[in-house]
Amino acid sequence: MKIIQHIGEYFILMGRVFRRPDRWGMFFRQYMKEVEKQGLQSLPIVIIISIFIGAILTIQAKINTENPLLPTYTTGLLTRETLLLEFSSTILCLILAGKVGSNIASEIGTMRITEQIDAMEIMGVNSANYLIAPKVVAFITMMPFLVIISIAIGLVGGWGVGAFTDIITVADYVTGIQYAFNPYYVTYGLIKSVVFAFIITTLSSYYGYNARGGALEVGIASTNAVVNSNILILFSDLILTKVLL
Amino acid sequence: MISVQDIVKSFDGNMVLNHISTEMKDGCVNMIIGQSGSGKTVFMKSLIGLFQVDGGRIEYDGRCLTDMNEKEIRALRREVGMLFQGSALFDSMTVLENVLYPLEMFSDMNHQQMVDRAKFCLEHVNIPEHVYNLMPSEISGGQQKRVAIARAIVLNPKYLFCDEPNSGLDPKTSLVIDQLIHQITQEFNMCTIINSHDMNSIMEIGDHIVFLKNGSLEWSGSKDEIFHTGNEALEDFVFASNLYKKVKAAHQA
Repeated sequence: MKIIQHIGEYFILMGRVFRRPDRWGMFFRQYMKEVEKQGLQSLPIVIIISIFIGAILTIQAKINTENPLLPTYTTGLLTRETLLLEFSSTILCLILAGKVGSNIASEIGTMRITEQIDAMEIMGVNSANYLIAPKVVAFITMMPFLVIISIAIGLVGGWGVGAFTDIITVADYVTGIQYAFNPYYVTYGLIKSVVFAFIITTLSSYYGYNARGGALEVGIASTNAVVNSNILILFSDLILTKVLL
Repeated sequence: MISVQDIVKSFDGNMVLNHISTEMKDGCVNMIIGQSGSGKTVFMKSLIGLFQVDGGRIEYDGRCLTDMNEKEIRALRREVGMLFQGSALFDSMTVLENVLYPLEMFSDMNHQQMVDRAKFCLEHVNIPEHVYNLMPSEISGGQQKRVAIARAIVLNPKYLFCDEPNSGLDPKTSLVIDQLIHQITQEFNMCTIINSHDMNSIMEIGDHIVFLKNGSLEWSGSKDEIFHTGNEALEDFVFASNLYKKVKAAHQA
């Protein structure tokens, strides 16, 4: 019964979030702040993770394709497909659910328990719209850029293995990442990332907005936001993969 | 004027407000008093519409809050200012931005007019100019309360709600906050409602006092009448401290 109550409350909250803002100017100001906070501030972690994962994937792909029957470009091909299909969309979003999701849930949760949200409501502000909508729109618009950057940096990480070690040659790697390229896989990854961005921001906002009590409850809300975002991301990944591929 | 008629509120079957009726007049400081757990906060939040009452009517100058839809309630709330127990200043904004916020959301002024109005309100509550660009966490508790008052009055509200405004403040600062609330209530002819159990505040600025006990209206009247009431529960509450026992004795003498 509790889960049905949560689902109902989530949709009621979304009904309040996706309304016309009281002031478009204030919305865009908040939107730009969130673009900076959720998008640009996520860049360092995206770059660091992607470059290492790209390199690690290349090494693992090489180890697992040590077979004279397989062409030498297979390593690059496998690295590219893994980055495009799963890592730079799904795995990256699971990681960002930890960073962005916990940030949103704790920020909104703290505003709730310190009565800042009540203060907005008393002023006649639609607090759900003012606080949550810019976060959702900002992360949805930034996520495709983060995915593209992650793919590019991941491929650079793999190239680094070729350039700085003797595990694979750069020529074989570059041939592999260009071989039989299907542009739809990029589209598929971007569509998934937009859906996941929506899940992360709305679910985290829901848990933060409904936090009650004190610091302990904000911590619980933050944990619930990350755990449930991850579960929902994986579940929707399964459905989207079945539908889109 | 806010008129409360027979309101009832319960949570999970527990009656928290039990058929309360009273009136809060304009230009007066109306105080809701009572022990912890008596229903003061629920009563105040019900008056503002943060809690939906189970029965009864709450009228703001004849406009019935309990009959309003969400849009109408939000429109009414633009006539309401509220001072929260913990100030509830937005911690991502500076002092000046906090006071500007309601203006940016709801006024049609240009930016310079908004800044002038915000500065006027901050000056009114004696906030020095060098504090304007500080964050709420960088100023004292007393200053936070004063900034919260400035934010509450910046849109010229008709109704001002204060939830335990002196909580966590030293006696001297409490007195300053009390006098400030009293002064702006009379200056702007607002209907001010204060939720408090601070006897100093009650005796200092309370014009009309509503005493709640276990969710029921036990007594209401003026602060002078407190000394002559025969209500045992009220006397227990008011004269809990030795100081006020002495004050009563001196008053009777």
